[in-house]
Amino acid sequence: MDIVALLVILVVLAAVVALVSAPLRGRAAQRVRADAEDRVAELEARKEAKYRELRDAEMDLRTGKLSQEDHRVLDRQLRAEAVEILKALDDARG
Amino acid sequence: MATVGRALLILALVVALYGVAASIYGAVRGRDEWIASGRRSVYAIAALVTGAFAILEIAFLRSDFSFATVASHSSTTTPTFYKGAAAWSSQEGSLLLWLWLLSLWSSLVLFATRNQLRRVAPYATAVLLGFAAFFAALLVFKETPFELRAVAPAEGNGLNPLLRHPSMMIHPPMLYSGYTLFTIPFAFAVGALITRQVGAADWIRATRRFALGAWLFLGIGILLGARWSYAELGWGGYWAWDPVENASLLPWLTGTAFIHSIMIQEKRGMLKIWNVSLILATGVLAILGTFLVRSGILDSIHAFGASTLGIPFVTLIGVLIAASIGLVVLRRSELRSENRLDSLLSREAIFLLNNLVLVAMAFVVFWGTFWPLIAEALTGTRRALGPPWFDKYTVPLAIVLVLLSGIGPVIAWRKATASNARRNFLLPAVAALALGAVLAAMGAAERPLALAMFVCGAFVVVSVGQEFWRGVGVRRAMTGENPLAALRSLVARNRRRYGGYLVHVGMALLFVGVAASTAFNDARDVRLAPGQSVRSGDYTFTYRQATSRISTRDGELEKISFGAVVDVSRDGRHVTTMRPERGYYPSRDVTGLGPVGRFFEGEATSEIGLDAGLRRDIWTAMTPDIRRLLPTIEQGDRVFAAAAGKLPAQLEGQALGAALKGIVDKYLSDRPQATFRVISSPLVTWIWIGSIVVFLGGLIALWPGPDAARRRVSARYAARVAEDLGRA
Amino acid sequence: MPPARKRRIRLVVALSAAVLLAGALVYTSLLSSNQAVTPSDLRSAKAGASYQLTGKVVAGSVRNTSSGVDFKVRDREGPTAVPVTYSGAVPDPFREGREVIVTVRKEGATFVGERDSLVTKCPSKFTEDATQRS
Repeated sequence: MDIVALLVILVVLAAVVALVSAPLRGRAAQRVRADAEDRVAELEARKEAKYRELRDAEMDLRTGKLSQEDHRVLDRQLRAEAVEILKALDDARG
Repeated sequence: MATVGRALLILALVVALYGVAASIYGAVRGRDEWIASGRRSVYAIAALVTGAFAILEIAFLRSDFSFATVASHSSTTTPTFYKGAAAWSSQEGSLLLWLWLLSLWSSLVLFATRNQLRRVAPYATAVLLGFAAFFAALLVFKETPFELRAVAPAEGNGLNPLLRHPSMMIHPPMLYSGYTLFTIPFAFAVGALITRQVGAADWIRATRRFALGAWLFLGIGILLGARWSYAELGWGGYWAWDPVENASLLPWLTGTAFIHSIMIQEKRGMLKIWNVSLILATGVLAILGTFLVRSGILDSIHAFGASTLGIPFVTLIGVLIAASIGLVVLRRSELRSENRLDSLLSREAIFLLNNLVLVAMAFVVFWGTFWPLIAEALTGTRRALGPPWFDKYTVPLAIVLVLLSGIGPVIAWRKATASNARRNFLLPAVAALALGAVLAAMGAAERPLALAMFVCGAFVVVSVGQEFWRGVGVRRAMTGENPLAALRSLVARNRRRYGGYLVHVGMALLFVGVAASTAFNDARDVRLAPGQSVRSGDYTFTYRQATSRISTRDGELEKISFGAVVDVSRDGRHVTTMRPERGYYPSRDVTGLGPVGRFFEGEATSEIGLDAGLRRDIWTAMTPDIRRLLPTIEQGDRVFAAAAGKLPAQLEGQALGAALKGIVDKYLSDRPQATFRVISSPLVTWIWIGSIVVFLGGLIALWPGPDAARRRVSARYAARVAEDLGRA
Repeated sequence: MPPARKRRIRLVVALSAAVLLAGALVYTSLLSSNQAVTPSDLRSAKAGASYQLTGKVVAGSVRNTSSGVDFKVRDREGPTAVPVTYSGAVPDPFREGREVIVTVRKEGATFVGERDSLVTKCPSKFTEDATQRS
């Protein structure tokens, strides 16, 4: 094997080891994330999805797929679900 | 450099194995640093395999024939674009491409979810790394792209000329992107099952775009294959229900079902077992599709001979199936539905029906594809099914599917009232049926299935058009924008919805094109002498005269083509002139074949005469009758064999060139007969137009909305909900 | 009707439909499929029956006819060969030594190929055989 190839391989090996082991050596930009932070992110995603559902329901009403009555029921239910999520968010944020 | 390439792959394998262990250890022990290390393994593999792939590409582009694979699949006369693409025309190159794409998408999803799904992501990482390890192991131990030839030949074998078509070169990367992207939601589903997180839709939300992207790429790959078959091969069709075509269709069908049914889980918490099973099946089918093309277990135009990879792949697929079933059974308590189906007249019901139809289609295709093996297992004799059997089942199912795609967007969630349904469906139904009546009167009633597809297609187009119309109306009522701006902002603010609608329209157009071109085409095989004509559909094809030419590239003979000038007319008026040809590439084997004869013994390709139009395609291919040239060729062989070595090389080359020119001229002067296949086929172009619309719709649905707009919208609802919060 | 009962009925209907479809599939696949054979198998072929023949095109056996091509197909490994008459467009990759799949019917001493059923397997790119031609 020629010397250049060998050098390249060694350099690559060193780089990979450095990259992969960085968290183990405490070198990576470690944000100590508690379980709660992760929960917050999930709840945020659910909140956004719920808002999208509210918007879609309104869109359905305006384009005639839902009657006024049906939309009122659906809207109220979705808002209640959104409130639940917001409450959970408040709790998670502590 | 080949050594470096090999080392990179070995390193990738080692890192993959390490990453699996680190991810699982970190997940089990709750140690973040090990999880992070596992994630970084994926990034490292992406970098390593990119390097390996780059080395291979450079070798191809430089025509470095010391690489065995470059020598086998490329040559100095191959055009640059095809040199680059030839890298994945081989077994080892295609495996490397698969691994590369897998590592890229895996890195993308893990980077995007690095702060979410903390419990699920490590297991998903382990699964993805497991796939990476499998393919890396194949590349290291079984089929390496970095094998060297002791003596580098001066010239390579060259790329099969049939593959020298842009579609054919983009087709594998598209397909593999589809397959590898489907492994992402697969991996996250497995992770969600293991960690009992599968009840919530979080794993779906995180991987939804990847599933959609997979669906899009796989679909494009399939369509490119169909387009190539139509425009390049001499049979004039675009789909043959060939086992390998079917293998790529299977995960696409289940993937389509998946991207619809996840909407139900997101909105109503239903169909959890179904969703998870679907995506697990899709992932397995993606691996199966990858395997089938290189296995040789089924007779197919793509069956590239028996291979050594059968056992590893079958083992992997077996493990995947067993693990999937095991996980679903183990976690079935987490997969209970939160809600029930309220009414059969609801979007949930339509989506469910759509899912059932798609899964039924997948089952039909699966059964028909594997029937040879099943029959052998059941009865001892191998049996094979042809296209008519597939058509018998898939056509009615496809009609139902198109119809559902027109109903789905318009019907409400949970429960649609009858009056509401009437309001939304009246116009599309009336329009579609009216069109059906008109078409029936024009003669379409002879083919009821095609007519049904036309009616359903029209239903979809009008139904979706009505949606756009109403949406624009709503938008304008809210903001007073002009129609075009309203349309733009409507779509921009509801990308998933309107992108999806566009996809439905595209699919409807595509199926209408398929129905029309299959049911109402006119194909004939005839033998004509110059001056003779044949009629196909409304068109008359006249064989005017023969053509022949020698094509050279960089001073070397590339191919010898024999063709025809064909005039097409309709009602006496000239429509177009086509020049179909058959090209003969020289064989590289100089030993077994005669010096002149070898120019006619290599690959042959057809140049199709195609006049495409919105209403119909006119298609023709020809096979020249070169029997009368054979005596001359054989004589040439004898003369040149006898003169071998007696002339200086340059003179011999010139003499050979003159001999070939003589043969080519003789073909013209003989005024030879030729065999033609002529086809006039309506609405074929709508298949390709429909595909483009599907692609655009998919892109729109995929496109992430700008953050600012999202926040603006959210703020509005946040204010409203906050009121409730205050009240609550 | 109570919702639970409605759901059960729907489930039964759906399952019955699935069973029916599956049954139809199995039945028609047995009925409409052709036996997949090699040239050796065709020694006991019945006149008028259709078979899906797989094998290699015998070198030197290809004769262009006015309507298509006549050739012989032999076992992948072995010399047993059968004659095939095929009318129609011949696929581009068709050549001697290549593996083909063709649906044939026995007529007299020869086998007549069904139109458009001739498939030539793409030259092996995924095979161990390194000696590639062109």
